[in-house]
Order: sequence, then structure tokens, then C-alpha cells
Amino acid sequence: MMTKKITMRVNGREVVVEVDIRESLLEVLRGRLNLKGVKKGCSVGECGACTVLINGEPIDSCIYLAVWTDGKEIRTIEGEETGGKLSKLQQAFVDEGAVQCGFCTPGFIMSARALLDSGKKLTRQDIIKGLSGNMCRCTGYQNIIRAVERAIEDKV
Amino acid sequence: MYNITKYYEAHSVREAIELLQANPKARLIAGGSDLLIKMHQGKIEAAELISIHNLPEISGISLEPDGTIIIGAGTTFSQIANHPVIKEHIPVLAEAVETIGGPQVRNVGTIGGNICNGSTSSDTAPTLFASNAGLRIQGASGTRVIEITDFYQGPGRVDLQHDEVLTAVLLSTDNYRGFAGHYIKYSMRKAMDIATLGCAVVCKITVQAVIEDFRLAFGVAAPTPVRCRKTETMVKGRTFSEELLLEVGKSAVAEVNPRTSWRASREFRLHLVEELSKRAFKQAFIRAGGKLQ
Repeated sequence: MMTKKITMRVNGREVVVEVDIRESLLEVLRGRLNLKGVKKGCSVGECGACTVLINGEPIDSCIYLAVWTDGKEIRTIEGEETGGKLSKLQQAFVDEGAVQCGFCTPGFIMSARALLDSGKKLTRQDIIKGLSGNMCRCTGYQNIIRAVERAIEDKV
Repeated sequence: MYNITKYYEAHSVREAIELLQANPKARLIAGGSDLLIKMHQGKIEAAELISIHNLPEISGISLEPDGTIIIGAGTTFSQIANHPVIKEHIPVLAEAVETIGGPQVRNVGTIGGNICNGSTSSDTAPTLFASNAGLRIQGASGTRVIEITDFYQGPGRVDLQHDEVLTAVLLSTDNYRGFAGHYIKYSMRKAMDIATLGCAVVCKITVQAVIEDFRLAFGVAAPTPVRCRKTETMVKGRTFSEELLLEVGKSAVAEVNPRTSWRASREFRLHLVEELSKRAFKQAFIRAGGKLQ
């Protein structure tokens, strides 16, 4: 078994992990760092449930090798709340009824986080495009789009 | 866990070539958005990987003094879509890469991977074919440049030796300056889907709406991406008209050879070839400054 010691910042905290070179980032986040908010969905980069931010950009952590994250900044859904309080973005999802079964929610919130942090003025079309790599089988997307619009209005 | 039996990280193209020579079964991995999926599905087993992920030497876009645009093979689709040089000089390529996957895939997938996997459904290939893109390939004994139209040899087969690395995509001024283009991807979903058919047109027109130059290329219309040279010759020098559009559609159908797959039948793809070539040409003509009567 080949391993490699990597250092990354996860949700603002420096973490040193000895990863197996065969592991995906998803497996390291869930299995070794116990960040179970990151969901395993399709495993082939189609559903977006495993979306995390690497240096601010959303990626599918299921098709990203963990060894590649050495020296990088990772953000997951666990980094959203502060002191047990939901972020305004998370609260907007609750208020707009954008969560049903909830399995896709962490991925959607991370994609939305990247949009909000881009500093760009976002149109509804930009939001739809920004969320196009995430799938939701419950809500029909409208409430999710509204939640992101609400978060933008609230200037989170 | 992926079935990776050996893993090396190359810190330069030279090192990647040496690692390839030392490991006859190893393959390169850049973004991984194609290879890791094939490994997950068991299409590739027990892989030996040489990672060129985020290798600075082959990443980024530059505009050379002679006007040539150089896109590093490891440049991601997002970087291409957002780059000022691409947006200003060859916006049709930005349009094409934006049709790939979703944001997450575009943030890791690379233009080099999109070409080297030899897939006919590549969303960059039609535009690169139409733009006579050159490919810079580095091997142990030096560097060679070949046209992308000569690179594809068959489904999944490309003109790349085991110990060679595609390092850059080259676009010369005579293939983009004064041109306007349009890429249409026909797929079942607007995102996260593979093209049923892809169609790129680039053209150059005179003030009198005469078509000075015209290139038409398709993805998924044959075992490899294809140019429609006879149609191109037929169009050059003609004045734009609705009749010409109809002729282009008919002529393009005679130059392609799509197959039936679970995604679509040959007949439907032929229909798309005819229809999309007309739509892409019309839009490219408008973008080139042409006015419809």
C-alpha cells in the first residue's frame, strides 16, 4: 500500500493526514476526518452530492484523488455554521423549503457558496448555471434557486 | 477506493516522459474527470498512474507576439471559459467548453484530456477542428507539432506514443482573426450530459456578405470528430442566403457517417447534422457581422 502524508486546510483548520494514494478526497473527508456532511452519491461526478470547495472552486470530491489536495484549502458543509448557528445561506434553504430529503443539500450549498463568494453580480441564469452540476430528485429546483436568490438579497 | 497499483507524481513534462518510459503500463492522469470514472466503472483495471495534475508547465493560456494563442494541455475548461484572451479572440471555444458537464467537472477537466482520450463526443474537438488547431507533443527525442485533424485515428485512438505528452494546443492568427463561430451541442439535458451531436461552424465574411472562409466540423457524426471539406469548398465565395443554408445542410449529411447508439439512432443523428449545420452557420454568420435579408 502506498501512502502519502498531506497537509491541507479543512474549514480553516490545518490537517495533516496520511492518505492511501488510492483514496478519493470524498473517502478521506468522510472516513478519516469524519466529515459526514459530504455525501456520496453517484461516485462518477454526475450528481454533485459530494461537492466541496478546493481553493474556493466547487469540485466533485468523489472523482478527485486525495493526494492532490496537499497544500490546498478545502471547505465542506461543516464549515458553514458558526457556534451551532446556521449560516444565512443555510437558513435561506430552510426558509424557502429548499430541503426535502436533504441528501443533495450539502452539495448544493457548497456550489451556492462558491457563487456567493465569487463577488459577481448574479442573475437567475448565473445561479441556474452555477447549480447545474448538482442534482435534486425531490424539490424540482425552484425552491433551491429561490433560496440562493434570497441569500444574495440578504448579502450573506 | 480506486484500483491504483502504482502512483507517481511528475513535476515536469520531462519527468513525466521518463516515468512513462520506465513504466510501460502507466498512463497519465491530469484532471481525472474521465479516467477516474472509467476506473470506477471497471473499464480500466489495476491502473498505474503518473499524475500531471495541476502541473504549472502545461497550464495556462498565452498570446504570443506573432498572435498565436497557446493553451496549455493541462488548462481546465473553467480557465479557458473565463480567460480574457479566449473571450476576446476565439469566443466560440469558450462557448464550447461551457457546454461540458457542470461547474465541478469544468473546474478539473482539462482540454488535453478532452483531446487525448480520442472520443468523438469531445465538446472541444469540433471547434478545434474548424480552427485548424495545432497540437504540440513532447517526447524523449524532442517536440513535434501536428494538426488536430491528423491526431485522431479512430475511436479512442490518437497519434500519441506511450512516452509522449500533449503539452499545448496552438491557434494561429490565420485561423481565428476575423472569424466568428458558433458551437451547438445537442444533448438530452442542458448540463451534465454527453453530446448526442456537436456542431461547430467558423466563418469569415466580406462587407457584401460573401463567405470568404467557412469551416464546418462535427462531433459524434463519425468514429472521430470530422470536418466537412466538400461542403466548405462549396460555400466559399458564395453570398449568404437561405438557399445556401439548405444546401449546406444537405451537403453536410453526405459527408458524415454517424452510428446508432443507445443515445440516438443514425437517422436521428443525420437529421441533427442537417439541422444543426444550418443553425450554426446562420448564427456564425450573424456573429461575423452578417445581416439576414
